[in-house]
Amino acid sequence: MDIKQLEQIKDTTFKNVGNRFTHAQLDGMNFDRQVLVCCSTGCSSESSQKIRERLAKLVEEKGLKRVHVGGTGCFGLCAAGPVVVVYPDGTFYSHVKPEDADEIVESHLVNNVEVQRLLYVDADGKTKPINEIESYCKQMRHALRNCGVIDPENIDEYIAREGYFALYKALTQMTRDEVVDVVTESGLRGRGGAGFLTGRKWKFTKDATGDKKYVCCNADEGDPGAFMDRSVLEGDPHCVVEAMAIAAYAVGADQGYVYVRAEYPIAVERLQKAIDQARAYGLLGNNIFGTDFCFDLEIRLGAGAFVCGEETALMTSIEGHRGEPRPRPPFPAQKGLFGKPTLLNNVETYANVAQIVLHGAESYNTIGTERSKGTKVFALGGKINNTGLVEIPMGTSLKEIIYDIGGGIPNGKAFKAAQTGGPSGGCIPASLQDIPIDYESLSAIGSMMGSGGLIVLDEDNCMVDIAKFYLQFTVDESCGKCTPCRIGTRRLYEMLCKVTEGKATLEDLDKMEELCYYIKDNSLCGLGQSAPNPVLSTLKYFREEYLAHVVEHRCPAGVCKSLLKYVIDAEKCKGCTLCARNCPANAISGTVKQPHQIDADKCLKCGICASKCRFGAISKM
Amino acid sequence: MMKGSNLPFNGTTEQEAQLRQKLNELRSKDGALMPAMQFAQELYGYLPYEVQLIISEELGVSLSDVYGVATFYSQFSLYPKGKYRIGICLGTACYVKGSQDIYDRLQQLLGIKSGECTADRLFSLDATRCVGCCGMSPVMTVNDDVYGRIKPDDVEGILAKYRERG
Ligand SMILES: Cc1cc2nc3c(=O)[nH]c(=O)nc-3n(C[C@H](O)[C@H](O)[C@H](O)COP(=O)(O)O)c2cc1C
Ligand code: SF4
Repeated sequence: MDIKQLEQIKDTTFKNVGNRFTHAQLDGMNFDRQVLVCCSTGCSSESSQKIRERLAKLVEEKGLKRVHVGGTGCFGLCAAGPVVVVYPDGTFYSHVKPEDADEIVESHLVNNVEVQRLLYVDADGKTKPINEIESYCKQMRHALRNCGVIDPENIDEYIAREGYFALYKALTQMTRDEVVDVVTESGLRGRGGAGFLTGRKWKFTKDATGDKKYVCCNADEGDPGAFMDRSVLEGDPHCVVEAMAIAAYAVGADQGYVYVRAEYPIAVERLQKAIDQARAYGLLGNNIFGTDFCFDLEIRLGAGAFVCGEETALMTSIEGHRGEPRPRPPFPAQKGLFGKPTLLNNVETYANVAQIVLHGAESYNTIGTERSKGTKVFALGGKINNTGLVEIPMGTSLKEIIYDIGGGIPNGKAFKAAQTGGPSGGCIPASLQDIPIDYESLSAIGSMMGSGGLIVLDEDNCMVDIAKFYLQFTVDESCGKCTPCRIGTRRLYEMLCKVTEGKATLEDLDKMEELCYYIKDNSLCGLGQSAPNPVLSTLKYFREEYLAHVVEHRCPAGVCKSLLKYVIDAEKCKGCTLCARNCPANAISGTVKQPHQIDADKCLKCGICASKCRFGAISKM
Repeated sequence: MMKGSNLPFNGTTEQEAQLRQKLNELRSKDGALMPAMQFAQELYGYLPYEVQLIISEELGVSLSDVYGVATFYSQFSLYPKGKYRIGICLGTACYVKGSQDIYDRLQQLLGIKSGECTADRLFSLDATRCVGCCGMSPVMTVNDDVYGRIKPDDVEGILAKYRERG
């Protein structure tokens, strides 16, 4: 591959896909219409592949030669999935079923009439083109610039979006130092959680001496409820391949590994395809762009251990061992994978690199806040209308994310808290919803940026229960190498159980806090050091909820089962016996046509009775 | 060494030949153990003692290291799985939308806990972390089928569908 060929592919492919990037009809295009179907995990699990196949088949049968049907990565609005978008109209169809394909083709593509009943309805009750939908208006798609735009399985479409031009520029027009410098000046910080300055990390690895060096990509994404990295790999795998090649050139490595969660089959498949295609084009392998730079890339699958997201554990795992962290120093930049200097960055960090190299540091460092530059991708989940993937400039407030972009809380419930940073992070109470989202602000209030999981909680969620949920997670995932974490988190979990069972005392709360600091200060790796954060932050902002459990033996949100009681309202009960027949514990007694009773000692609090009762006579207290 | 499952090992000679061939290919690779075990688990559905022994022999890794890796990662199982592998997501997004109640209902209806398999080997149950369909939470999977936005009362019907298929 040389630059002429690359430019030729770009120009030829642009004719096929160009009018996807704009809402105007361009001249000289091979197609008048682009029909794009989201084929990422979320929509695929709701049969988006079938939709795509059906659309393609119908378009062919009807002889619509000027219509192109393609698959893309995530559009972001997963709650509306499966999603189909038609360009240049910008029509956004939501909740599409395979059988809807016929109507889309017949009405929209043949007769130019949009299918009204499938149009996405925005928060204001109106239907509109994709670029005017409120949720998108406040976003800025940088790392996700190609997601939902190109076919991730087609390298030519990536090239049509300036793909691999940054690699060409780096290899032929920049010294290794210049590449490191532009990344440093851009202010890009690691998106894997800790926020370390990326350029500085590259410099450390570049300056390390070693006959062999490695670059690695962390795609382990262990935070339960986060799917940013998966979406990048599914929607734009080449941007990671290109960035890793650039990084390898900068630090002097010739081999790369991407460590991916095994639970992400679609991401793995697309990444493997991307690597194969790049190799076939000579963009991976020996003497790339005719220079003496050689680089190749391999995928390694994780096997379901959260701690393997930690950098030293990840490398131990690639080496084929139990993924236990090791003490630092030595840092990976000096002594990493197989004992060699190693650069490790997160998927989203890499996703920003090519654009920075191609368009300069200013294209990036003019976005964001003083110390947190650029954009951040978040996976919105939990009690929020627009669950899905969003990308915002750093400094956007939590409130804007939840209400303007996320569409607010479903069912008219009250927003209670947002959890960021997963098991290592903390809860931000509704009272702090005006804080700007950046590294410094989040750690100042006891949470952290984390990798980008943002779980929204409403009034029905119990904060003690949430803290317990995360602790249970860390107990399960602690690798057991060091005692403060292995035993400390278990004791902490048991104390939380006592609280949720109404058996804890006020003294226990103090002990809990003390134990939290002990675990933080004495654990070997980030997992243990951050494990108490969910407890500390809920204790800080929701102390009254802990007190309700401890002092009044009451769970204000009605979640903690031990503090719950199911009762039958004798007035409403018709004695139909349905509940008694369905109770798995035989806890309900009574005779036909007489009000029934629940034996609280036998009751499992499973709620089956309440869901079966046709008269609404059973309620929980 | 713990033997893991007490159900008899019923691997075939073809499977063994396939495994040994793959191990041969992998032997020269750096860090071959995990890819080898992932292949074996795919082939047999789990990693019984007999399979761990073959891996240990062929790769020249001690059996205790193989066992150590097998028990460290949650993806590896020492027990066989059911014909229908049920996964219930207990990731955060699903949890806050009530997936614990669905998990409880599954345990009740099947009479097994996470990691176990019913006596007729029809169903096995695993509480999983995020499966990546947070937009449809709470989510339950049966083999490759994904059920989204489910309620505890839906569970019985879903199980019945697979029971009928046998
Ligand atoms: C317990 C634990 C889990 C982690 N999980 C991840 C992860 O899933 N993905 C990730 O990119 N970084 C994760 N990290 C952070 C990595 O150790 C590392 O800092 C990061 O991958 C470096 O890349 P960056 O500088 O581009 O952020 C984790 C850290 C800890 C302590
Ligand atoms: S802090 Fe926990 S996860 Fe980290 S090394 Fe210690 S035991 Fe393992």
